[in-house]
Amino acid sequence: MTAIIFAAILAIVLGLICAIVLVLADKFMKVPVDERFPKIRECLPGANCGACGYTGCDGYAQALIDNPDLKTNLCVPGGDGTAKAIADVLGKEAEDVIEMVAVVKCDGNCSAVKQRFEYKGVKTCEAANMFYGGAGTCSFGCIGLGDCARACPQDAICVENGVAYVNSELCIGCGICAKACPHHIIELMPDVNRTLVLCSSHDKGAVVRKFCTNGCIACGKCTKTCPNGAITLVNNLATIDYEKCTNCGACRDACPVHCIVEKDISGIHRIAK
Amino acid sequence: MKTLIIILMSSILVNNYTLSKFLGICPFLGVSKKTDQATGMGIAVTAVMVVATAVTWPIQTYVLDTLGIGFLQTIVFILVIATLVQFVEIVLKKYIPTLHKSLGVYLPLITTNCAVLGVTINNISDGYNFIESIFSALGCGLGFLLAMVLFAGVRSVLEGNNKIPKRLQGLPITLIAASIVSLSFMGFGGIIENLFG
Repeated sequence: MTAIIFAAILAIVLGLICAIVLVLADKFMKVPVDERFPKIRECLPGANCGACGYTGCDGYAQALIDNPDLKTNLCVPGGDGTAKAIADVLGKEAEDVIEMVAVVKCDGNCSAVKQRFEYKGVKTCEAANMFYGGAGTCSFGCIGLGDCARACPQDAICVENGVAYVNSELCIGCGICAKACPHHIIELMPDVNRTLVLCSSHDKGAVVRKFCTNGCIACGKCTKTCPNGAITLVNNLATIDYEKCTNCGACRDACPVHCIVEKDISGIHRIAK
Repeated sequence: MKTLIIILMSSILVNNYTLSKFLGICPFLGVSKKTDQATGMGIAVTAVMVVATAVTWPIQTYVLDTLGIGFLQTIVFILVIATLVQFVEIVLKKYIPTLHKSLGVYLPLITTNCAVLGVTINNISDGYNFIESIFSALGCGLGFLLAMVLFAGVRSVLEGNNKIPKRLQGLPITLIAASIVSLSFMGFGGIIENLFG
């Protein structure tokens, strides 16, 4: 009988000692957590996509607290609402998010690009790329087997006539497709850019012409036409400096192969040829 | 001195807690995917084992045995170890934040690590004195660290190896690999007696 009483008393005493030790430790050695952290974290979407440049939403929330000068509009998927909510928590002025959308810089569809051979392997761009860089003659262009479409979390990409297209309305600018593309022809750019060069080929003009009827032949007509001097030829490819571009459309009209096009709100608007 | 070295070596190699006694299998399989994580977990477990032994040995000898209620051993030890781990975590968070950042995620896992309880109870049942118990705990911790790092190395070869049949991929092949690694530790049986005996 005494053993049971001893045991019960010991268990209670030990439990109490342990509890008191932990309570005291918590009281005297508690590290204060910034109370804004959970609030900011709540504003963020929690997709941990990394578009802000930090390791996940936790990383961005911590960085916002640590660095008061950090902009609140870096969360692209969250959009303006998130930027405003974070700015409210931090007591700062909200800035609009520069929304990014993915653009497939290729227009080498089935009728434009010749095929070197019939590819019958695994139907992914990655596999096709390992096999002589894909079946198309142009080694820079879209392979068209839809690795980007499968990678897209928003189903914003579809492959039509051998080329992938991004629906800008659905695109959240996460950039996963850009990483999935083995030819690296998908680029994230601000949604305000309306004039796009739909070609990624760095081949010389004559070679491009042989491979694809829609490719940039680096004739330089656009560079001369542009009133703002925004277009330059880089490695045989017309490249637009969006700092200078005013979306006037002069280059679009001038381009003999129509590879400079205007982007529609709902995706890339195709010019009737 | 010789006894201490024998205790240390035998608990690292011969009586390896993970590979011979199969204690602490959960972190052994769970945190052994990357070598750096395995090292962190191993070091944290070693530290906790030594501190837990330093606290539980006096409790057993001076409280439980004096009062004649040795049967409370398991409950009391679990209580003490859990409190200790939480306490260590709070202290680390406050005073050594960098260490807490690297070990912090493993500390709650150790709270319920049966290897820690196993070490403290076995030290009592083996009849070690205080210094011997500390060395035994240190050896067990180092043995756990060794097993973790070795197995992390084995796993890094297994991960992403597409020659493994599909049915065996993932956990099955990991368990098979664990059994082979533990089999290899059988080879240390008798080494201590022949070296120091």
